[in-house]
Amino acid sequence: MSALLRVAELNAAYAATIDADRLEAWPDFFDEDCLYKITSAENYKRGYSAGIVYADSRAMLRDRVTALRTANIFERQSYRHIVGLPVLGATAADGIAAETPFLVVRIMRDGRTDLFATGVYIDRIHDEGGNLRFAERIVVCDSSHFDTLLAIPL
Amino acid sequence: MPDALLPHPASLPGWKGDLTRVPFWVYRDERLLKLEQERMFEGPVWNFLCLEDEIANPGDWRTTVVGQMPVVVARDADGSIAAFENRCAHRGNLICLDNAGSDARDFQCVYHAWRYDLRGNLRSVAFQRGVRGKGGMPPDFRVEDHGPRQLRITTTHGLVFGTCSDDTPAVEDFIGSDVLARFDRVLGGRKVEIIGRFVEVLPNNWKLYAENARDSYHASLLHLFFATFKLNRLSQGGGLVVSPNGGCSVSETIAPTEADDKSYAGMRSVDDDYRLEDLRLIDVVDEHPDRVRHQIVTVFPNFVLQKTQNAMALRFFTPKAVDRTSLEWIYFGYADDTPEMRKRRLRHLNLGGPAGFVSMEDGCVGGFVQRGIATAENESAIVEMGGAGVAGQPTRASEAAVRGFWSLWREMTGL
Repeated sequence: MSALLRVAELNAAYAATIDADRLEAWPDFFDEDCLYKITSAENYKRGYSAGIVYADSRAMLRDRVTALRTANIFERQSYRHIVGLPVLGATAADGIAAETPFLVVRIMRDGRTDLFATGVYIDRIHDEGGNLRFAERIVVCDSSHFDTLLAIPL
Repeated sequence: MPDALLPHPASLPGWKGDLTRVPFWVYRDERLLKLEQERMFEGPVWNFLCLEDEIANPGDWRTTVVGQMPVVVARDADGSIAAFENRCAHRGNLICLDNAGSDARDFQCVYHAWRYDLRGNLRSVAFQRGVRGKGGMPPDFRVEDHGPRQLRITTTHGLVFGTCSDDTPAVEDFIGSDVLARFDRVLGGRKVEIIGRFVEVLPNNWKLYAENARDSYHASLLHLFFATFKLNRLSQGGGLVVSPNGGCSVSETIAPTEADDKSYAGMRSVDDDYRLEDLRLIDVVDEHPDRVRHQIVTVFPNFVLQKTQNAMALRFFTPKAVDRTSLEWIYFGYADDTPEMRKRRLRHLNLGGPAGFVSMEDGCVGGFVQRGIATAENESAIVEMGGAGVAGQPTRASEAAVRGFWSLWREMTGL
């Protein structure tokens, strides 16, 4: 399979995992040492290092899932990710650089369905024996505005 | 604006009773927006405008809002800071369209090219004398007589505040020395550096958020993350400070004692089912001798300075509609942070912001109230924890700071 198809398949599986509320499996898409950050185009352009989510280990991603399941209070909601085709960058020995546009629709408990976020995933993908994992996934949202809260990961 | 255009306080439903009962209509009545704008935001308060560092050089400028009034804040050629309404004196067009800029020598309205200096003084009118002797403004038109409203500026701890009123007391008196002392703790001495900026759009009246920030009672009850990980329990040390005018406050939480730490086996949860796998999310390094781990400072009406563990943020919230509020988060570190400390701050910032382990509930709970009170115009909220007073208390199981907010709000709105 071409690298493009492999990354597209990875993205499809990633989106399906979140949208189907299989969040416990979400950290497995990442390396043990990784960086997952949600930021915005404006912050990214300015080189601001903070994100609204910042996790630099898979354990931290699991902690987020645990907190969402156990501690955090928010109205029941789900996402529908529509993920575009990746644009691949240079392929290094240890992996692939990719940028993939996304659109996320949020469906609230009361049935309200809104466009919640759009943006681009800027990824470094680690290829370990044919197994693709994110060494780095920077979620760059087009807007810096977030409606009410962001609970479920993008 | 002549007062005749404002709703007279007597025409509004009114506030029956004392500060322990907050009538729900105050979160729902659109007429109040106008009254709050004129009497409060444009009244004797210090509105947060920006950080000094954001307009460090002459010609730097930013746009912001004072309530709903668009404002430009700029660094003049002589290094002083000025702010003025972002409204051309001619036809009311926005003078500055972007969020920020630099190297400005003047501002020119895009509509008819009326030109302003960096202090908002009207300097020239395009074709004032007409073209070849025809048209133009009347000979007695003087640019000096026209211009957008200008704000008075003050700075403290690297923050720029502005006021539209001549009656606003000095910022030190407005905030009060006890509250201002907590600014020193976070902003005193060290140069700050902005590391992120995000906006949360809240589905509720702005005052529900103003109360939430002053409400130390809810912290360990709504935010389970805090309680479970012993970051903030009402039984921990700490307390509440309220400024003499009631409107500004500090809520602080002291670190657990060493003995407590041991009894809970580090930062592990008492609930064995729930523990953090990566404790770097909360691995605080004390940067101050006081062992305060969580500090929320509020300044009336709509500003918050926060330090939680090693994460620091400013919050600034403004009404967009009676049931919609824009909450801006400005994350910052210190310019001289070590790389390790900077990463620690980035991790601890997971507690705050729109996706914060602790603060995400603050984003939605205001909307729950806004919906809950849909038809409760004649009912009131109960704000009686810690009694009826507005003075600070050595406990956080108190709503004194919320009552303090309302006491100053009532003074300003006349309700």
